[in-house]
Amino acid sequence: MAVDGQDLTAAPARAGTSDGGVFEAIGRWLLRWWPAIAGHVAFIAAWWLIVVWGDIPAFIMPTPWATLQTLWDPTYHWPHHVAITAGEVFGGYLLAVVVGIGLAMAFCWSRGFERGAMPVLVTLNMIPKVAMAPLFIVWLGFGLFPNMVIAFTISFFPILLTTSRGLREVEPDLLDLVRALKGSRWQIFRKIQLPGALPYIFSGMKVATVLAVAGAIVGEFMGSSGGLGYLMQSRQGFLDTAGMFMAVILVSIIGVVLYGLVLLLERWCVVTDARIE
Amino acid sequence: MVDQDSVADGRPPIIRMRGVKKIYRTRGEEFLAVQDVTLDIGEGELVTLVGPSGCGKSTVLRILAGLQPHDEGEVEIGVPGAAFDAGRDIGMVFQQPLLLKWRRVLENVLLPAEILGLPMREARDRARDLLAMVGLAGFEDKYPYELSGGMQQRAAIARAFVHDPKIVLMDEPFGALDALTRERMNLELLRIWDESKKTILFVTHGIQEAVFLATRVAVLTSGPARMADTFTVDLPSPRVLDMHNDPRFGAYTHRIYQRLGL
Repeated sequence: MAVDGQDLTAAPARAGTSDGGVFEAIGRWLLRWWPAIAGHVAFIAAWWLIVVWGDIPAFIMPTPWATLQTLWDPTYHWPHHVAITAGEVFGGYLLAVVVGIGLAMAFCWSRGFERGAMPVLVTLNMIPKVAMAPLFIVWLGFGLFPNMVIAFTISFFPILLTTSRGLREVEPDLLDLVRALKGSRWQIFRKIQLPGALPYIFSGMKVATVLAVAGAIVGEFMGSSGGLGYLMQSRQGFLDTAGMFMAVILVSIIGVVLYGLVLLLERWCVVTDARIE
Repeated sequence: MVDQDSVADGRPPIIRMRGVKKIYRTRGEEFLAVQDVTLDIGEGELVTLVGPSGCGKSTVLRILAGLQPHDEGEVEIGVPGAAFDAGRDIGMVFQQPLLLKWRRVLENVLLPAEILGLPMREARDRARDLLAMVGLAGFEDKYPYELSGGMQQRAAIARAFVHDPKIVLMDEPFGALDALTRERMNLELLRIWDESKKTILFVTHGIQEAVFLATRVAVLTSGPARMADTFTVDLPSPRVLDMHNDPRFGAYTHRIYQRLGL
């Protein structure tokens, strides 16, 4: 996203890291992240202890180890299902980002368009997207595409809202400064509004990641022939709880990867005050 | 009533305002912001416009900057024989620094040059010189949040000068700074003004500040703004902080207090 020529060459200010070799880097990394790692380990340990001490049968709740073991079982075809779900999530999400930001920009340029279209979108957004899923399947058929569309419809609205808001949040005096220089509407947009809206855009994009994952999975529940949601439903009949657990974990990992990519992009695009960590 | 102290040496003024009136209209209601402002400003002068908060001082600046039309009266900017380009020839400084937080200091200073489409290589050199002039050499690559409030305002001043405008309009530029920083910035501004030879119109509600900075003071009374007085400040140059104790200084501030009915 080339927003403003010079901005992107400007990496976010960060404390200078000394060049001290791989081990030092790992050490620093551990120092920074050990509480997060410890938290996850403690969570898995608690899960394991509850199953063992509570003497919970495997079809209610499997141990972490039994769950992990399903990963080596070729009958699950994990890569196939992961690829389908990830495709739906990423595809729907990208569509949401493009349409959400695109619409917000169009609104920013045409107040009349915004006044006409925004209320319609707000009304449409009140429809529970989950309730639309069966219709999408009727319209678009089985498979990847309708689920991508569900992921898109459910995740694009927050991006539209935050981007719209961000483009509007400009100091009036700053606008005067540019207007006094006889700056054009386009210059105001490109040099002031758009870069100023980036933090807002990213906050909407972060919220949307979770929604895109939910949308894709709901779509798969409704009707599909592949994907982790499909796999969960097909395994439900066998009371294969371990497989279902693994599917849930993999769905979450897809979500975490998407969120992580958005965070990376944000770090690259948005200059943040180094004092706020 | 108004002691219209005309521009020093009889040359034509660069800013000429005659009976300027401004009415704001919102939802059928009228609000008279500026009643009658008459003021001449000569090239290279530093005129302060002093008056209580909300008396329409900023409106006068906005009219001069071409951000708002006036309703009655005459406003002429520029000297005969030299074309005046309202976009290029006016620089502005506001109470807030208004730096773009995603741009480094140098890039912030360059903003007007980018908007006006000036040759960037020269603008860059000029921006560096200006940053040195306002005491920010070495801070070119910092982000605004790494600067104190006073330093941010210095950068904003450099930005107002970067396109080499003939006139710089300042709207309470030091109003948000603490008292000590403000005193220091006043001295800095006088030095910058002296080095740059620009015409500066400086709006403030600080009476001491108005006298200390000015070659000439224009006093506006509030609601609606009306010219109460203009007078030349006859204090030696360069100004030093000790002049606050000069009896003439006291006489000038007394005169402003009186005009404002305080």
